[in-house]
Amino acid sequence: MQEEHGPAPTIWPLGFAVGIAVALVGLIVDPQWVASAGAIIAIVFGYLWARDATSEMRRQAPVVQAEVREMTPAEAAAIPPAAEGEAAMARPEPGERFPRSRFLEASTLGLGGLIGGVITVPVAGFALLPSFLDQKSYRVDMGPVSAFPLGKWFIATFMVDPKEGETSRRTAFVRNNGFVAQGSKQVPSFTVISNRCAHLGCPVQANGPTGAILGEKNEIEHTKNGEILLRPVLPAGFGCPCHGGQYDTEGNRTAGPPVRALDRYQFDIVNGHLVLLSTYSVSHVVGTGAQAKIYKYKLAGPGEHVDGPEQWFYPLNPPHHY
Amino acid sequence: MAIRRAPSKAQVRREQMLAAVNYPLDWLEERSGLVGGVRYFLFRKVPSDTNWMQTLGSATLTAFIVQALTGVILAMYYKPSPHDAYASIQNITDHVTMGWLVRGMHKWGASVFIILLFLHMGRVFLFGAYKYPRELNWIVGVLLLVLGLTEGFTGYLLPWDQTAYWASVVGINLNGTAPFLGPWLAQFLRGGQEISGDTLSRFYSLHMLIIPGGIIALITLHLYLVIRLGVTSPPWSKEAAGREVVEEPAPVRTGLTRPAPHGGGRD
Repeated sequence: MQEEHGPAPTIWPLGFAVGIAVALVGLIVDPQWVASAGAIIAIVFGYLWARDATSEMRRQAPVVQAEVREMTPAEAAAIPPAAEGEAAMARPEPGERFPRSRFLEASTLGLGGLIGGVITVPVAGFALLPSFLDQKSYRVDMGPVSAFPLGKWFIATFMVDPKEGETSRRTAFVRNNGFVAQGSKQVPSFTVISNRCAHLGCPVQANGPTGAILGEKNEIEHTKNGEILLRPVLPAGFGCPCHGGQYDTEGNRTAGPPVRALDRYQFDIVNGHLVLLSTYSVSHVVGTGAQAKIYKYKLAGPGEHVDGPEQWFYPLNPPHHY
Repeated sequence: MAIRRAPSKAQVRREQMLAAVNYPLDWLEERSGLVGGVRYFLFRKVPSDTNWMQTLGSATLTAFIVQALTGVILAMYYKPSPHDAYASIQNITDHVTMGWLVRGMHKWGASVFIILLFLHMGRVFLFGAYKYPRELNWIVGVLLLVLGLTEGFTGYLLPWDQTAYWASVVGINLNGTAPFLGPWLAQFLRGGQEISGDTLSRFYSLHMLIIPGGIIALITLHLYLVIRLGVTSPPWSKEAAGREVVEEPAPVRTGLTRPAPHGGGRD
């Protein structure tokens, strides 16, 4: 007969598993209601399971009577009288600790920990700091606004930091939307879409003819940021070669695995030149061109949801002005 | 009375040779106990019905040693900067003597290492060798698997060609989609918001210093536990696990040449 080691079978793990399954299915069919219902089931059953499994541990410890023994007169007589000096000292109990050894242990551990901390903290900070840095700010001079005729798309290739070389090469899809009224002024409007796929960061391509097929020549602008290559293109949309994500010409996802629209570049017009600044993320765009209403977010990594319930899995990224 | 014959010249030479070999070993043993330790490791008892499948762990270790050695040699020629990395890889392949061989061993050996890891893991699973008291060794093994896969991931970027670059972009961003900590993990791997030269040197450091250090430490623990807990018998073993085998006298063959000692046999 084998001894029983484990606890008696219970129904709690089963309910817990059902809850997890419902939550996972719910994430696909209805993240708001079914998934949260599954999560609640899992939490309730998980709690009951944990309570059941630990019931033995939390049971009150049995009270054990201390053992008492009377001393016989012979034993009492055998106790040596207190003498002076060493003999008067109590014999150390087996395993007894003395203040000095306790102090030495504490100081060894304390000093060791301190030295370890003094070395580890700056090193770990040095290694982990990049995880918490924001994107570097760039100013990329793209050449005069006149290089971008109204309504035409260009595939612009440039280095955000020529000193850093090829690793800083970026591609953006640029279109001049003309002027848009802002208060009493007329300000230029550009659509500048980053080619970094919102799925996993592959380079998105323009779906449409370029160069000779289009019957137009590539242009090269020489600016402070070195050579800016402008290739005219007539895109029906944008597509990613890696996993098939598709976007319309405003960068809205139309098919495939991307979780949001394509990122965009902030821009500025300085001395008649188009200057690209940092990138930001976009959940979706309503309308087109100069009239587009862009739902902006702080730059998020590819594959990170910026809206919907899924955004709760990522650092809080509230939308800012449209 | 036996006659003591003087030892022959050959015998004397053999004894001198033995003394010459033993002297340094004895010296080492007296001061470190290492000889006894190695002897304990090599001549420890294993179940009599162990199987060829149980050599997969040693094969994995061998694959790791090949990776470590070829990696050290490659590091002598490889330059982890975005300007030089690809050129130095080409130099290793085309110009360094036998460079193509060492790089090839490292490249294909990486796949061999991962395949052997999984075969070894499968053997341990199918033999039930992860059960009490070897659970901790299974856990250490899983950590080794994770570190081995991380080696594959970080090593893939180092040739710094288009495949390496974009595969790593996708791989890093894949890490970034993990809930909660993903974005920070991706930034840690990238060394910032965007892939740059820092990413390459970071991956190089992870690939050849941090992760191999962890793997070596965990392999040491893994082997210590194997030696401490012993090798598992195969599941079909007739010997009960953990039972000391009692030496029984060999069954005596009865027959024409030798009579049975207890009077049995075929008379």
